Amino acid sequence: MEILVYGTINSVALALYALGFALVYGTSRLPNFAHGALYVLSGFIAWSALNTLGLPYLASILLTLIVTAIIGAIIYQFVLIRVRGMEISEIIATYAIALAILEGLRWGGFKGMTYTLPAFIEGSTSIAGVSVDYQRLLVVIIGAAMVACLWLFTHHTRIGLALRGMAQDERAALMLGIDSDMMALVAMALGSSLAAFAAVLLMPLGNIVVESGYNVLILAISVCIVGGLGSWAGAVLAAFLIGFAQILTAVYLGSHYQMVVALLAIILTLIIKPSGLFGQQKELEERV
Amino acid sequence: MTTDTAQRRKERIDRGIKVRSDGIYALLSWRELAYLSVPRLVLILGILALPLLMPGMYWQRVISIVCIYAFLAMSFDFLAHYVGLVSLGGAFFVGTGGYIAALLNTTFGLPPLVTIPAALILGAAVCTLLLIPCLPLRGVYFAIVTLMYPLFMARLIEALDIFGGTDGILGIDSFTNPWVEQYFVVVMVLVLLFGLRRLVNTDLGLVLRAVKDNDQAVRASGMNVTRYKALAVFIAAGMGCLSGACLVHTYMWAGISQFALDFSVLPIAATVIGGSGTLVGPVLGCLILVPASELLRDFGTLRIVFYSLILVTFIVFRSEGLMVYGQRKYHQFQRWTEI
Repeated sequence: MEILVYGTINSVALALYALGFALVYGTSRLPNFAHGALYVLSGFIAWSALNTLGLPYLASILLTLIVTAIIGAIIYQFVLIRVRGMEISEIIATYAIALAILEGLRWGGFKGMTYTLPAFIEGSTSIAGVSVDYQRLLVVIIGAAMVACLWLFTHHTRIGLALRGMAQDERAALMLGIDSDMMALVAMALGSSLAAFAAVLLMPLGNIVVESGYNVLILAISVCIVGGLGSWAGAVLAAFLIGFAQILTAVYLGSHYQMVVALLAIILTLIIKPSGLFGQQKELEERV
Repeated sequence: MTTDTAQRRKERIDRGIKVRSDGIYALLSWRELAYLSVPRLVLILGILALPLLMPGMYWQRVISIVCIYAFLAMSFDFLAHYVGLVSLGGAFFVGTGGYIAALLNTTFGLPPLVTIPAALILGAAVCTLLLIPCLPLRGVYFAIVTLMYPLFMARLIEALDIFGGTDGILGIDSFTNPWVEQYFVVVMVLVLLFGLRRLVNTDLGLVLRAVKDNDQAVRASGMNVTRYKALAVFIAAGMGCLSGACLVHTYMWAGISQFALDFSVLPIAATVIGGSGTLVGPVLGCLILVPASELLRDFGTLRIVFYSLILVTFIVFRSEGLMVYGQRKYHQFQRWTEI
């Protein structure tokens, strides 16, 4: 029972990590290797809004979301727009940004137990005999709501449809008057603020640690690879697969092996079904 | 109506001497012979003279480290620009080579001049075997998988507490003599540099570049793409393991920090700054970056921030790198022409 409850929570957390990355890569083909770094950075933004500026919690969360979106837009507008389409340069540029952010934070002394965000609601309850705190329940509920909202956004709003159009066929989208650069900018901003959203939702569960930036990136990408991009159902299913596999290994083998799960998941997916669980032909061509 | 300035453009024309020395006629004139050989001689003699010019042990040690990073940077450049596999996990090669050399040295008591070649071959084989499942991947996907490998190895050593766990392996023999150490790495840099330059122009190199540009065409010609990629990874991993092995013998210590990010990032930065796809560029980049990073040693992890920012600046504003720029100036001249 514990495995079921904590597996679900872990899976939703993974889905939250992956949403932003999947949105950016799925629509504008920009591999945002700075995703994990933005996640950690927004944790610190929220912390300083709360503690240094003394804003109320809700206000500081909103501020974090907006600031991170602006940072994402700045990264696109000043760096990525110039290297777009050159795959090697895109990877190196975003990776370098990630390193600059994470190692800069580490140098700035942002580590240790002091940096924590408070839970939204304190206290805990028990589900079928397993005690779960309210924050984790909220993660599951809000996370599920977020996935649903994103699905609605990409299928039923003009911007969302434009983003999907770009993902399917950039040239045709351009002919229909969709501004490709503008849409990529929007995607980066949205993706970054999704990273921030995941951060404020998940960070109250532990400390804000710089190292988690790398883990978040790796987990996000493994979910995307296993699930197949451009398919929300695939991403969610992949998040659940990896999430449960991680909890199971943590319970039966020890928590050191959790990262191995992500790597194995990627390798197995690539060997058995290279396009991902629900991937389409286009992705298959891109990968192998 | 456009103004006068808008109606002219720059054109680049090959220098006469370049065109003349392209052919066999270069052998007929001292000037053209010099045009061809001076840059190469400056490079070779300059690198050979470096250890002699350094004041004191400390800077000589820095030169060894420069050469060790140069192996890695060349291996990154070779994989990324001649095979199209962007590997963000140079540290994986360094760590594997380093640990193999350390184990051979401490367990069997083999001298460095045996452990280094052994680590090169064994390490390259191990790395290639571990990477084979990922080889069909392209671009972004390969990059992320290689990024995971060093993290994963470090975790594994920590978790299983093998190979000395978090303490690492101590008491590894150093080279018998500092001059042997210096000249071994310096000569290896030159051998690998000219070896790789030759390799990329052989038939094998041609196939590898075809894999980068259009692997479907290679497959259509009846060649096994994955086999060629594995071969290329073997070569690159060998160079990475070589640098790992030299590193543990220089520091007389092997540990988890050999899987650290420094070894993945600095070579990439060096390649981008020096000029990607030139193979000489990465060596030049290391010559600039490694001493700079020694000077910044006091700042700790801020060094990584510093490389990363340089990296972003170069990739955005001067993505060709110093070497390509230099070659262009050497071979061509520019002038304004009226349109």
